[in-house]
Amino acid sequence: MVTTTTARASARLSEEQLLQMYWYMLLSRRLDERAWAMHRQSKIAFHISGMGHEAAQVGAAFAINRGVDYVHPYYRDLALMLAIGITPTDFMMSLYGKKDELSSGARQMPSHFSSKALNIVSSSSPVATQVPQAAGIAFAIKYRQQMGLQDPNDETQPRLVFTTLGEGSTSQGEWHEGMNWAGVHDLPFICMVQNNLYAISVPIEEQMAVAHVADRADAYGVRGVMVDGNDVLAVYDVMAEAVERAYNGDGATLVEAKTYRIVPHSSDDDDRSYRSREEVEEWKKKDPILRFQKVLLEETILSDTLIDDYESRARDAVNKAQVEAEAAPWPAPEEAIGDVYAPLEAI
Amino acid sequence: MTVMTLIDAIREAMDEELERDPRVFITGEDVGERGGVFRATQGLHEKYGDTRIVDSPLAELSIVAIGIGAALTDLRPICEIQFADFIHPAFNQIVNEAARFYYRSNGQWHVPLVIRSPYGGGIGGGLYHSQSVEAFFAHVPGLKIVVPSTPYDAKGLLKSAVRDPNPVLFFEPKKGYRAIKGEVPDDDYTIPIGPARIAREGRDLSVFAYGMMAHYTMMAAEKVAREDGIDAEVIDLRTLLPIDKAAILASVKKTGKALIVHEDNLTMGYGAEIAAVLSDEGFEYLDGPVKRYAAPDVPGVPFSHPMQEYFMPNPDKIADAIRDLAAY
Ligand SMILES: Cc1ncc(C[n+]2csc(CCOP(=O)(O)OP(=O)(O)O)c2C)c(N)n1
Ligand SMILES: [Mg+2]
Repeated sequence: MVTTTTARASARLSEEQLLQMYWYMLLSRRLDERAWAMHRQSKIAFHISGMGHEAAQVGAAFAINRGVDYVHPYYRDLALMLAIGITPTDFMMSLYGKKDELSSGARQMPSHFSSKALNIVSSSSPVATQVPQAAGIAFAIKYRQQMGLQDPNDETQPRLVFTTLGEGSTSQGEWHEGMNWAGVHDLPFICMVQNNLYAISVPIEEQMAVAHVADRADAYGVRGVMVDGNDVLAVYDVMAEAVERAYNGDGATLVEAKTYRIVPHSSDDDDRSYRSREEVEEWKKKDPILRFQKVLLEETILSDTLIDDYESRARDAVNKAQVEAEAAPWPAPEEAIGDVYAPLEAI
Repeated sequence: MTVMTLIDAIREAMDEELERDPRVFITGEDVGERGGVFRATQGLHEKYGDTRIVDSPLAELSIVAIGIGAALTDLRPICEIQFADFIHPAFNQIVNEAARFYYRSNGQWHVPLVIRSPYGGGIGGGLYHSQSVEAFFAHVPGLKIVVPSTPYDAKGLLKSAVRDPNPVLFFEPKKGYRAIKGEVPDDDYTIPIGPARIAREGRDLSVFAYGMMAHYTMMAAEKVAREDGIDAEVIDLRTLLPIDKAAILASVKKTGKALIVHEDNLTMGYGAEIAAVLSDEGFEYLDGPVKRYAAPDVPGVPFSHPMQEYFMPNPDKIADAIRDLAAY
């Protein structure tokens, strides 16, 4: 396992950065809660939530070169996306499926994130397909550096790829093959498994015979680390080390962030049939936002007034995003048939 | 002009594209020092080294996925699937991913990827070294599918595939790798992906084919011209997706009859789409039924020679099919 408290990379985060991290976690939570409410009001057809995963995602986001390094995310990554630059309005637009929605022009369901400008790669629904693609992106980064097409020290260029998925999705062959390439070629690649103990209803014991996803790292010749995914600073620490390794050409890292989703799998799921209320309540006590709040209060970086202030800012941001998305036009029906082939000039 | 084999033309196309553009690289099983099991990449590792000619792990879905990822960053990967029979593990990456990126990202991300693969039977390969897989992919908008039958077309089309911003499946008739020879220009040229080619002008009926069957159909057309005075027009489709409807309709407008030949099995094969196009848009041109000559509906090409030959179309059998339709 990793980093001792004395050498913690997170100790170097400024107060401003810590508050930004808190802000993105909070904003994500409030936006997410609003989406659930909108679904209950029948304003939107579907929502898939990241509630409970905010620390894992924001801790990771702050360790990479946000908006420059490639990110190939999955559907729970709302907090990660906000921290990289997707806006609440972008997200609201996707919930409604409004015209020119950022990720897909509203062709895809919500939470299938993409922004070419931010190097967030378009994601699909079949789980784990992003992992071998992310290995391909990492392969390309290394290729460009070896071919002299890119200076390895140029911080304006992507120098690694960060990809995410759930623990259940690691049962896919796609995951295995992607990890294998990352190991064989020592790629600048970080895969974070957000282990929330369930794949919809299926518990981890029925998914794998090993105790930890990170145990599998050895099989691929990559470094494996486990971290408390509800501790944003601990996540930042292990990610900072993984990023350093990637930038220095020292190879790939598998990060397993242990966490929990405190809500059902999606707006179509009812989790009462497969997990006890006691278990859910237990995990709600470990809420990553409350936990970080406590740390920041102890360090007097946050105060009760500041907390209220952040709450009202988050509420305003969510309200504004909802109003903007509601007012936005629907796509023209004929937009259904565009963009099948890139024109030859795209080259 | 130089006379060369189909596989030489394919290798030359890759060599010249590697030379032209540092973003081009090749990956696949045994493509490195071994030069590929069919020698399509022979000498390229020696010339371009480990960085650009990359032996992959024995894992097809990631051969394609690595290509997709690299293509997303604007490199120009050429991925080799050793036999088309082994492309199926990569179906998810090709169909759910490569084909859908441009559409699903509202035109933000495109995938300039080439997947080359030898296909087809008649080589003693049995069920799993003989398959034709084009029909699975021809149903998928967002993919382009090319199947050349001559060295000239193979080289020009492969270069276009490398320069195309979309995912291109490039299926090579492996039986013709060394059997098919032809003239190839010495200078750089490309052939656009899309248009079919009139391989032989004729008045009596149109025969549509691609790959090895285009080659055989040419032989069959010469035979029926010689023996029966039948003047068949042969259309080498070359690109299966997007489909060249205009060329198909123009030919049948002239001849009034259509025969489609493929070595893939009959039912739901590529020929069904051509027949449908003719029925939808060329009905008034037709003087007879649209006929298909294809392999039988069995799960694969059998190994033993007599059974294999029973399965495979050949110039004599195609000639018979031409005669039957001409007599209608
Ligand atoms: C290939 C594939 N099979 C099934 C599904 C349906 N599905 C969507 S999410 C999911 C569970 C994923 O669980 P996990 O990987 O643990 O991620 P989590 O949702 O828990 O974050 C399933 C079965 C899918 N999207 N893709
Ligand atoms: Mg899970």
